[in-house]
Formats: sequence, C-alpha cells, structure tokens
Amino acid sequence: MKELVCIVCPKGCRLHVDDENGFTVTGNSCPRGAEYGKNEIQNPTRVLTSTVRLSGGAYRRCPVKTEKAVPKGKLLDIMKELNHVEVASPVSIGQVVLTNAAGTGVNVVVTKSL
Amino acid sequence: MYDLIVVGGGPAGLAAANSAWQKGLKNILIVERDKELGGILNQCIHNGFGLHRFKEELTGPEYAARFIEMLKDTGVSVLLDTMVLEINDRHEVHVISAQNGYQVLQAKSIVLSMGCRERTRGAIGIPGERPAGVFTAGSAQRYLNLEGYMVGKRVVILGSGDIGLIMARRMTLEGAQVLACVELMPYSGGLMRNIVQCLQDWNIPLYLSHTITDIRAENGRVSHVTVHKLDENRQPIPGTNLEFDCDTVLLSVGLIPENELTRAAGIEMDPRTNGAVVYENMETSVPGIFACGNVVHVHDLVDYVSAESERAGAAAAEFVLKGQREGKALELKNGADVSYTVPQKIRADDVGKAADVFFRVRRVFKNSVIEVHDGEKLLASFKREHMAPGEMEHILLPRKILDSAQGGQITISAREA
Amino acid sequence: MFDVAVIGCGVIGAAAAFELSKYQASVVVLEKENDIAMGATRANSAIIHAGYDPKPGTLMARLNVAGNAMTEQLCKDLDVPFARIGSFVLAFSEEERATVQALYERGVKNGVPGLQILSGDEVRQMDPLVSPEVVCALYAPSAGIITPWEYALAFAETAVVNGVELRRSTEVTDLKKIDGGYRIETNRGPLEARFVINAAGVQSDKIHDMAAPHAFTVIPNKGEYYVMDKSECYRAKHVLFQCPNADGKGVLITPTMDHNLLVGPNAQNISGPVNTGNTAEGMAFVRAKAAQTMPSLAYRNAIRNFAGVRANTDKDEFQIGIAAEHFIDLAGIKSPGLSSAPAIALEAVKLLNECGFAPEKKEHPVLTRRKKRFRFMSEDERQAAVRENPLYGRVICRCETVTEGEIVDAIHSPIPPCSVDGVKRRAGSGMGRCQGGFCGPRVVDILSRELNISPLSVLQDGEGSNILMSETKKEAQA
Repeated sequence: MKELVCIVCPKGCRLHVDDENGFTVTGNSCPRGAEYGKNEIQNPTRVLTSTVRLSGGAYRRCPVKTEKAVPKGKLLDIMKELNHVEVASPVSIGQVVLTNAAGTGVNVVVTKSL
Repeated sequence: MYDLIVVGGGPAGLAAANSAWQKGLKNILIVERDKELGGILNQCIHNGFGLHRFKEELTGPEYAARFIEMLKDTGVSVLLDTMVLEINDRHEVHVISAQNGYQVLQAKSIVLSMGCRERTRGAIGIPGERPAGVFTAGSAQRYLNLEGYMVGKRVVILGSGDIGLIMARRMTLEGAQVLACVELMPYSGGLMRNIVQCLQDWNIPLYLSHTITDIRAENGRVSHVTVHKLDENRQPIPGTNLEFDCDTVLLSVGLIPENELTRAAGIEMDPRTNGAVVYENMETSVPGIFACGNVVHVHDLVDYVSAESERAGAAAAEFVLKGQREGKALELKNGADVSYTVPQKIRADDVGKAADVFFRVRRVFKNSVIEVHDGEKLLASFKREHMAPGEMEHILLPRKILDSAQGGQITISAREA
Repeated sequence: MFDVAVIGCGVIGAAAAFELSKYQASVVVLEKENDIAMGATRANSAIIHAGYDPKPGTLMARLNVAGNAMTEQLCKDLDVPFARIGSFVLAFSEEERATVQALYERGVKNGVPGLQILSGDEVRQMDPLVSPEVVCALYAPSAGIITPWEYALAFAETAVVNGVELRRSTEVTDLKKIDGGYRIETNRGPLEARFVINAAGVQSDKIHDMAAPHAFTVIPNKGEYYVMDKSECYRAKHVLFQCPNADGKGVLITPTMDHNLLVGPNAQNISGPVNTGNTAEGMAFVRAKAAQTMPSLAYRNAIRNFAGVRANTDKDEFQIGIAAEHFIDLAGIKSPGLSSAPAIALEAVKLLNECGFAPEKKEHPVLTRRKKRFRFMSEDERQAAVRENPLYGRVICRCETVTEGEIVDAIHSPIPPCSVDGVKRRAGSGMGRCQGGFCGPRVVDILSRELNISPLSVLQDGEGSNILMSETKKEAQA
C-alpha cells in the first residue's frame, strides 16, 4: 500500500494506492484522483522545463520544455543532454531543439520566440 | 489624446488592452518599462499556466505569447523601455524613455496594471549578517532563466510561496543542492501541486512553523543559517535550532502590489490588499482610472489575472464610449475569517446578471460555508469542501441579492459547515 | 616618498585628504577595503549633531560645534544632501527634565546656537506624532541630517580630482620609522611617507601601536537600526532623541535625506572580530525603546536592517594629536565624529604644521563637485538631461528613480565603484523598498559591461562577495 497526496485540485486528498492489488485507489473524492493515484505510482511523469544556450538573442538563454510529460526518472538525463544544446537566434515557439530526449521518444521544444 | 493608456505590459495590461480594443476603443497605448511585453511571465519558464483560460498547460512565455499574438491583430500601440513616472486625476501620464525623453501623455481613461514586487529581507527583519547570497526568489529566477547564471550551490529557501517552490526544483535541476524549505506558518503558502512536484519529487524537506533566526557569513558570502521551530506565538523555541551549511538564501515571503503611482495620484487605497479600492468594474476612486491584476490584489493564477483585466479593459471602453457609471455603491466588508474582498464596492445598478467577488480566507477550512450578510440577515451562502489562505476564493453575487441589500453594505464571512 | 600617507578612508580620512589636497603636497590614502566609507561612516545615525552632548572643554565639544558650522557650506560646495532640520532631546519624566536642563546648559557653554527648552505641547505642535508622555524637550535648531557615505565620497572624490592618490584594498600591516618619515608595509607592498595620519577608525589603536607607545584601546560598539519605507517618513519632522544614558545617545527616530525613516540604534560592546550583523535582541531593544518616543511605528514597512560599529575607546575623548615623530592620530573618532569631520581635518593640517610640515596652498584647487540626480530634477531638467545623454531616460532603479545615466556616471567617477553596493552608495540604486530586487541584476549587467568584466566577477560589496556562482549550460560553449 502506497500513500500520496493528490494534486489534481487544491483539496489535497490523501490517496492510498494498493500496488499489490491492481493499483486500486482509496481516499479519493473524484475519479480524476483515482487516475492520478494509479499513474503516479505506476509511471509518474512530468513535463520538464529548462533553458538552452542561445546565441545572438536578446537574452543568453532560451526557455524550452518537453513536448509531453516524460518519466520522472528521466528528468536529470534530459537535463544533461540539454547542457550540450545551443541554438542561434531567431528561434520560434515550438521549434525542436532536441529529438527523442534521453530515449523517451519525446522532443524538447522552444517556448519563446527569441 | 489616447482613448486608453495601459500602465504595464504584463499579463494584466495585455488582457486589458486587448479587451478594450474588442469593445471598440481605437486609440490605445501600452507603456512598458521593460524591453519586451509579457512582464514577469518571461522568466516563469515552468508550466502550469492557462489551464482555466486555454484548457492546456502552458509555460509562462507561451501564455504571454498567446496574448501578445492577439494584440498583433489590433491597432494597440506599445511604448517599450519607457517608465511611467506619474499619473494624475486629470488622466495625464508622465513618461520617460531614452528614445523620446520626458513626455506628458493625455488619455481619456487609464488602466493601472503595474503588478507587484517581492517582499524583501528588510520587511521581515531576519537577524544576522548581510552578505552576498541572500536573494528574493524572483531575482534568482531572473538570473537563472534569462541570464543563465546560478546564484548558489547550497541553498536554503525561506517561505513556501510558489516562486520559492518553483525555484527549489529549478535550482535542483541545474545541479544545486536545496537543503530545506522553511515556512513560518503551520501550512504552506504554495499550491499542493508545487509541494509535490518541486519539493517531494526531489526529497527537499519542508519545515513548517520554522523560520531563519540567523544568517552568518564568511568572506562576504552566506556561510551558515540557523533555523528554529516556532511556538504558537511564532517565537523561536530555544534548543530547536537546525544549522545549515549553505551559500545562498532564497526568500519567497510574499508579494506586495506596486502602487506608488496609484498613491501619488491620490487614489483611495485598501490597507488590506495594499491595492486600490475598486468597484465591480475595476474602476478606482478616480473616475476613468481602472486597476487590474496583481496591482489590485495578489492572485495565485495568471488565468484569473487575465479574466479580471479583461473586465477592466471592457470597463475602460465603456467609460470612454458611454460615460461614467453613476449607480449608488454598496460596500463589501470582510467578516469572520475573510481577510479582504475585491471589489470593495459594487454599484448594483450597473451589474448585469451577477458580480464577481474575490477574497481570501484567514485559515485552512474543510467543509465550510461562505456567507453573505446584510446586517443580521443572511442573503446567500456558498458551500466549499476546502479553502486555504493560499488559494483565492471566488463567488458570483446575483444582481437580485445585491438589490435586496438594504443597509448600504454587505459582509462576506467563512465558517465551518 | 609621499609627503603624507593617510591610513583609512572613512569620513575622517576623506575629510583630511580633502583638506590636504588644497596644498602643494603629495598625499596617498590607504584603505583596506575595496571602497571608501566601509566602516562606521556608512552605518550610523546620519546626524550632524548640534554639540550639546560632549562635556565642555573637550575636543569633542569644540570640534562638534565647529564642524556643524562648516557643514552647510561644504555640502553646498560639494553637492552633498544635507538639511538642518533641528533635533529634540525628549524628556519623559521630571528626572529627565533635569537631564534636558543640564544638556541645555552644557550646550550653551559649548557655544551651540539657538538652544531652547520647549514644553511637551510645543514639541507636539512641531512634531505631532511624538508621544503624549513627553513633558519637555531640548530643541537644537542647528542639528541636521546628511547622507554620510556621500559626504565621505564628496571629500575623497574631490581630493582625488586634486591629485591625491587613493589606494583601495590596501591594508597597512606595519609601520617602520625611517630617516625623515615612515616605511609603510601593506598587503600590496611597501611605500614611504614623510608623515602618517592615522584615521583607521575601529583599527586606529592597532595603527597607533605600530608607531607609538600604547595609549588607548578601541572598544568596538555596535548599533542596530531599522530603515523604514518612504511612506513612513512623515512620522518625524525633526531628529527625535531620547535622553542620553550610559549606553550613548539612546534610540532615535529621524527622517533621512532619502526620505526614509531611520530608527535606532542600540549600543552593544563587541569582542572578537568586528561583525555588523543584526541580532534579534538588538532589534527588539530598538523597537521597544522607539515605542516610547512614538507609540505607532509600522515595522511591516521596514525595508532594511543594518548595524554599524562605533570606534569607542577606553577614553571619553577623541584621540587627536601628535603621537610620535611625524605621526598624527585622528583616532578613536566616535560620535560626534561625522559632525566633527571637517573640523578634525583642519586640526590635522594644524598638527602637520606643528610637526614642521607647512606646504604652500595650491593656486586653484578644485573645491566644488556637482552630481546629476534625476529624481530631484524638474521636467525641463529631465528633458535636457535625456537630450544630452539618452541613458538618463532609462530608469533602472524604479523605487528611487535612478537612471542608467547616473549609474554609468558613477561607474566612471573619480573613485569608480567595483560593486553593486558601491554603485548604490554613489547613485542611490537599490536603496529603496525593493532593496535591489528589481534593479540588482540590471546593475550587475551595467557594471559588467562598463568595466568589461564577467558578471561572475561582479561583487555585491566587499572582497569575496561575488553575487553569481557559475554559468548554466557550460558544456554547450565548447
């Protein structure tokens, strides 16, 4: 049995997820909470936001994000890959700066046109 | 002569200008002190913006870009790198810039959308030395996200406001060690989602009912901080000290609406919000001057800032095109466990179907009721499963209820159900 | 060999250097910190005292009254913010009424102009928020407020313009008497001077002991303060002292030249290494004492705490005199040192003369200084300033309305700052309610650009106080 706080809404329900019996969720007050609890125990994912080096722009860094949520365990691996990325101005929102980040199959894209 | 001058091109100003244009104003100017529009969103590179507004999770710059994009289809003009030095009740706006020097601009209406600033070490009086290495979370965020510099390697964060939590994760991702997040109150000031994803994901301990009681320095830089547990009177409990060997302290201890221009213009202020007193349409005590966004009261979600600012922009358009609202004002008072309301005044005659009222509660509530009273008489009540000081509350007061208030004022209060 | 070496560039060393720069003499000033005015001069009550406090007949009494009289013209000439707003010493009891009477008599003996004893009601008419408990007060119309670091900068910058050499980050480690003067050992190598002036503040006993038999011991004494937002400035129109006691002049409330309100200090002797940290006890003491003068102070509108260290000694007197051959002490300068500074500088020249050094005056020394302060300009002046230099149209510090033009001018001034706080002391950026939260990164950027250094090298204040630690995404650079 694993315990966690639901973040779907501000109520903060304490969820209990039975990881030995099909990941059934108790303690939730809505179906969205049940889904969150299940995913968070089985395969927690996050959208990673960071920056990459930018040359010739108004700022020295350009903000980026993973296009989709990626497994939590891959966040630091993707950060390492981003350390080697440099883009040159102009860049535009949605432009891919890194494909298949850390083998997740997810691309990292620019979040600000600079 | 401008129809409308908007002071500040952050999320509030952008939404207000855009909505004023949609409502028919043609000669609109945004004055922005930075070199680009978007305000603080430009450095908020994390995601979580726009769930209400756009039904998707955007980063700060992406949220700003949506509004800047909308503006491109309008005739709204923008003065960048330009500082407003003064506004007054004659609707004059004094500005200065390197390009145009000192100018006095005249407007039929003004929207104030200057946003807020961070509370500093001085405002909360942290004892200790004053070396380099003590930053407000927002300044550190700017250095990190826009300029590409780390402000430290070993970090203690004071305050669990959202910016502090976001910076805890951001600094960790960039290789710093965040040793602790220390919160004066017995509950966090930030969103639960940020507690989980910014602290728990990275095993950063959150010390509730604790504060920093000493900052020490070596060679001009922070070297140690002492943290104490607090008793119920928020006094440090002797012997509960925790010592942290760190080079950086980040402060996330609250935001203050930036109202120097507002005060100097003689606009009535509300000491509870540190913002202007506003009517239901976000008009201040000076006719034709409106205010919206964090300059009125500090919001937790930019989506709400946009919505409020669109109302302010629309009201400015109405003021210019149709003239001033003249209805009799009903005053909103904060009752038990409510710390303020926005608006503070409602002209019921000018309300369509219902008026939006925003407020914050003073403590954490489970299963509770928000009540609206006219003297002793209960006018309306609203159920809530959960309320907390960190989360702005909202009710819609129907016109019928406003009309039924006899005493010239109504009171909003909260209690357990 | 220099004619004169001044050790220490607080307001005393700076004032002495300024006075000496009027003469045909080669003068060097040695300052151990990376900027001037880094000790007591930058952290004090910022008051030009009237002079009723010191005992009649002391140097402190004479030099305070003389210094006070010189301040106004000097500040006009050197463009230093100063206002003679007058002070009250408040009595809260019949016992304190006697103290006020004694101070009045002392002041008259010291030659303080315009002293009056006013009733509690008269005081409250002039300063309405003063406590109803006040029974009477000594009113000293000649007391004033000043920006102390700017006073020191004005002296030192003008001295440098007149040819004085200032060496910062230069700590004197030893003095050796040589033929016709001294060999001065420093962390940056030795130099020689015919005459040495000791203006080393809290370190002045150590410098003295390098050249002369031990005569006094500095007992550093810390005072803690609150700086309140401009919105609180209205609360006091005069300098509001309480009756002096064994701990000094007590907790005062005063407006500042930047239109803030200053509250403090306490007085705590410190042992061990000098540190200017604030303490919870010190801050609580200040709040409790200040409440007596003015029951309603809004500490939520505080913008900064600071503490300063006074160069108190085991003697109740300035240590001014010829301490050894060719060696002059301007030492143990505690309160009223800031008020006495220009008079102490004249005293230094007199003592040099007594030592046999009487150089000719320069024909045309620079005796004035002008600074552009955007925040005090009229609309027309602002327009003209931007026309002349567009950087005056870009506001960097929004709390204090300081422009990029003023910051760049400061960076290229006669004593260029090398830190964000150095810029702050010269241009005023970061002094306000956001305490540099907004303008700090921009000032770092401007310093880095103008000095052609990496932002990583920009300091907050003293040596070692680098603001930024490393760059992100370093690998991408390769």
